[in-house]
Amino acid sequence: MNNGTNTEAPLLSVDGLVRYFDVSAPLLNRLIERLDRSFVKAVDGISFDIGRGETFSLVGESGCGKSTVARLIVGLYQPTAGSIEYEGVEIGPRSAAADRKRMQPHMQMIFQDPYASLNPRWRVVDIIAEPIRVRRLLSNKHEILARVGELLSQVGLSPADGERYPHEFSGGQRQRISIARALAGEPEFLVCDEPTSALDVSVQAQILNLMKELQDRLGLTYLFISHDLAVVYHVSTKVGVMYLGRLVEWAETQTLFENPRHPYTRMLLDAIPDLEMSGRQRIPVAGEVPSPINPPSGCAFHPRCPHAEDRCRAEAPLAQNYDGVYVACHGVAEGRIT
Amino acid sequence: MLKKVETSPLLSVRNLRIEFPTRRGTLVAVDDISFDIAPGEILGVVGESGAGKSLTGAAIIGLLEPPGRIAQGEITLEGQRIDNLPYEEIRRIRGRRIGAIFQDPLTSLNPLYSVSRQLVETIQTHLPLNDKEARARALELLDEVGIPGAGERIDHYPHQFSGGMRQRVVIALALCAEPRLIIADEPTTALDVSIQAQIITLLKRLCHDHGTAVMLVTHDMGVIAEAADRVAVMYSGRIAEIGPVQEVVRAAKHPYTHGLMGSIPHIGHHVDQLTQIEGSMPRLQEIPPGCPFNPRCEEATDRCRVERPNLQSVNATEVACHLFDKAGA
Amino acid sequence: MVDRQGSTVHDLSLKDKFVDLILRARDSDIWYSFTRSPTTMIAALVTAIIMLSALFAPWVAPHNPFDLATIDLMDASMPPAWMAEGDSRFLLGTDDQGRGILSTIIFGARISLGVGLASVVFALILGVGLGLLSGYVGGTTDAVIMRIADIQLSFPAILLALLVDGVARGLLPRDTHDELAIYVLVFSIGISGWVQYARTVRGSTLVEKNKEYVQAARVIGRPAVLIMLRHVLPNVMGPVLVIATIHLALAIITEATLSFLGVGVSPTEPSLGTLINVGQDYLFSGEWWITVFPGAVLAILVLAVNLLGDWLRDALNPRLR
Ligand SMILES: Nc1ncnc2c1ncn2[C@@H]1O[C@H](COP(=O)(O)OP(=O)(O)O)[C@@H](O)[C@H]1O
Ligand SMILES: Nc1ncnc2c1ncn2[C@@H]1O[C@H](COP(=O)(O)OP(=O)(O)O)[C@@H](O)[C@H]1O
Ligand code: SF4
Ligand SMILES: [Mg+2]
Ligand SMILES: [Mg+2]
Repeated sequence: MNNGTNTEAPLLSVDGLVRYFDVSAPLLNRLIERLDRSFVKAVDGISFDIGRGETFSLVGESGCGKSTVARLIVGLYQPTAGSIEYEGVEIGPRSAAADRKRMQPHMQMIFQDPYASLNPRWRVVDIIAEPIRVRRLLSNKHEILARVGELLSQVGLSPADGERYPHEFSGGQRQRISIARALAGEPEFLVCDEPTSALDVSVQAQILNLMKELQDRLGLTYLFISHDLAVVYHVSTKVGVMYLGRLVEWAETQTLFENPRHPYTRMLLDAIPDLEMSGRQRIPVAGEVPSPINPPSGCAFHPRCPHAEDRCRAEAPLAQNYDGVYVACHGVAEGRIT
Repeated sequence: MLKKVETSPLLSVRNLRIEFPTRRGTLVAVDDISFDIAPGEILGVVGESGAGKSLTGAAIIGLLEPPGRIAQGEITLEGQRIDNLPYEEIRRIRGRRIGAIFQDPLTSLNPLYSVSRQLVETIQTHLPLNDKEARARALELLDEVGIPGAGERIDHYPHQFSGGMRQRVVIALALCAEPRLIIADEPTTALDVSIQAQIITLLKRLCHDHGTAVMLVTHDMGVIAEAADRVAVMYSGRIAEIGPVQEVVRAAKHPYTHGLMGSIPHIGHHVDQLTQIEGSMPRLQEIPPGCPFNPRCEEATDRCRVERPNLQSVNATEVACHLFDKAGA
Repeated sequence: MVDRQGSTVHDLSLKDKFVDLILRARDSDIWYSFTRSPTTMIAALVTAIIMLSALFAPWVAPHNPFDLATIDLMDASMPPAWMAEGDSRFLLGTDDQGRGILSTIIFGARISLGVGLASVVFALILGVGLGLLSGYVGGTTDAVIMRIADIQLSFPAILLALLVDGVARGLLPRDTHDELAIYVLVFSIGISGWVQYARTVRGSTLVEKNKEYVQAARVIGRPAVLIMLRHVLPNVMGPVLVIATIHLALAIITEATLSFLGVGVSPTEPSLGTLINVGQDYLFSGEWWITVFPGAVLAILVLAVNLLGDWLRDALNPRLR
């Protein structure tokens, strides 16, 4: 899965990533009620590369597996199959523990819920200093305090805020604290799982601006997850569109938004409320996302797709490269959709 | 505009003030707001969380939870004052003349009763129909809100529906008695964009068909632009700007609305940095004197820090900002 | 929530931290609900008086009932001071050996409270530890711990305590057993109480461990043990305090029951339960004060502690506020 034009080795490379969750009823119930084991196919074969300094976004409706991908990459979940390479070193399930341990500190994560992501019993200084202490980046108490002060200023808070507790801050300020904590570990790669979804738009703008500024200043690479296409358009260099555990289309941001090819991408774009008020008449998409326990056969999108044909119902489409745009759709491959 | 003044409004809110007495003093969550909704009109109410949108809606349908209380002001529906009615009467108005849709469909549905039972009961509370007629009406409603296979699904329980379908059922419930006004509080916030688009289209169509007015509360400008006729922008318990949606969205006047519009990323307009309003909306305990927006406003003058701006007409819009105050400037 | 201005992060001195703690406590909802409940304030006062006099027994009690030199058989069996034959030196009368009842109560409360507190601490540490482990690690560990808890719950606490005591008596020589009686008691009362802590903590841990701050600590690379202790533990302690308070009342009663049944502390160092047990022999000879006063103190103490527990439960439960 290498982008032909990009000669530099990717920072992160994910190949055939799979994660199933066992949601079977307890053994006893299964035996009595004669149920089969059942699995949620949260992530079902995903491959992409992220180059250094890029922002790669995953976008899709809730339940399509975005957070699971994020958690797989930072090691919160173990993949069922597939590989994850960071700087060319395998850190997936088949990796040596030492490799994982060596690479893990390069990554940090920012979470969605600013109210749950900070320990309510800890002072902000201790929250931000935790990665510094765990990784023993600094040992002298005064150096740690100075560094925390610096981080707080960097994210737009006052060093004096360190003495306070999380509940004394607003949602946006808490998200700044989360960012400061992530930066404290001196990572190169940040996984951001819907960092602004719980925030009001004006606060979202502040956080997005901050994240961009930090990226420029510190040379960070982002995996950015969101369900908001406009936000994704604003922040990313590359975008991957997910549907039911698979990537259906991924490409450079401009290309994807100017010329969406996959019917699902088109549908998502069409569903965004129109702020321009062009009075455009949209055709609302029919249907809803099916259950990931029993996804539809063939192309998982076929029950909602206006272009579905028999082949779509029978055979799962593989992603193909159209000049750097990857699309997994029979219609596109057959030239029916242009 | 003139025409609107002549037709008497369906709902009229005058100088509404909602307070929460607490042990550390009284908090004013909604501070002296006034607006009208014309028959059949969709009024969007937009603002950051905590701006007082939901409380305003709750006050109108008489669902304000103590210790919250209406400290001042009047709410009139079709000329009848409804803010001081006894509980029984407001309960009768709720459902019959004002319907409600909330963010979480599960709060409006009883998980223990089938959808048909809930619909039939609601219909019979408000309309003189027998069981069979009521059931037929329920079926008709479910069809109308776009539930596929309504005939089979009418006897299902709420948990057997997906989020989007549940919200459709709630809309059917709200429409049961053909109310004149629906208060929809963040009806699409919990839904995915594709479902949100379906629900908004549905709400718009139904209200148009039935001539129902809607107070559409949301924090999403996109939803407002898509669905509303007029919009009220709330900030810190007050209305900052209210007017026809085109005018507010395309040419926002209040510095807050202006900043808000700039902070929304747009597909197709690439900018390096979004416009940002520094700081955040103050907590209720910390609302500054004068214009509540003054600490964050780049145009604030000394006057803004002491004197509260009142709404005044600028073209078709009304703006609460001293910059637009012709008399005082 | 003092607004401090400054350009550096301060490391708070111990004194600052203490002052801050007091300030935050004074502002807290718990303190507010405390000052709004007269019953709770009285219960707290009563508990504090009994606890403090027990703690400072040698200074508070008018006599030392265990100092043979100060006991005079001539003073035996005197009724309370306000009765005709009473003596102003012995406010609540004396027992058959001439020990002042008030003094024996104060020293007895010391044993009762000591045993009660120690067994609560024992049960708490054991229960919280196992609950945390069970909830955080899950899987087989969880299953094993919870099955043991289920089995244990099918024995009544008193029965279990009697069993432990019986085993201890069987295994230890008599002298050693008398010496260790208190520890056996603490162990047997404590062991019968850990399940409740473990279950509660396990439940809260299951909730907390999926919160994002725990995930964040995992991404930072903290070892599981430290995440449990530093992150999860402080956030699951609220309900534990409630259980501990109510458990204290229960532990005091259990100790009294065991002592009353004669398997508790030795009569040479009587607890409130022992006093009631000893005293009941004199009920029929009309010397009611020997058993009634210790009984009343026991009842008042247990009631007060229970009231505190009830209040704490309501105050910590945001839904009821
Ligand atoms: N720990 C888990 N156990 C069982 N199912 C899970 C778990 N985590 C996620 N899932 C399921 O996997 C699917 C994808 O979830 P998620 O990655 O959170 O989606 P997204 O972040 O895109 O909304 C959902 O159907 C969800 O219910
Ligand atoms: N029960 C309550 N007690 C105290 N304050 C409340 C209560 N309910 C709401 N508020 C406050 O009232 C303000 C407005 O709330 P609301 O109308 O729900 O805002 P929104 O615009 O997000 O719908 C908020 O600041 C909120 O904190
Ligand atoms: S593969 Fe078929 S069903 Fe799937 S998106 Fe393409 S055309 Fe539609
Ligand atoms: Mg997610
Ligand atoms: Mg609201």
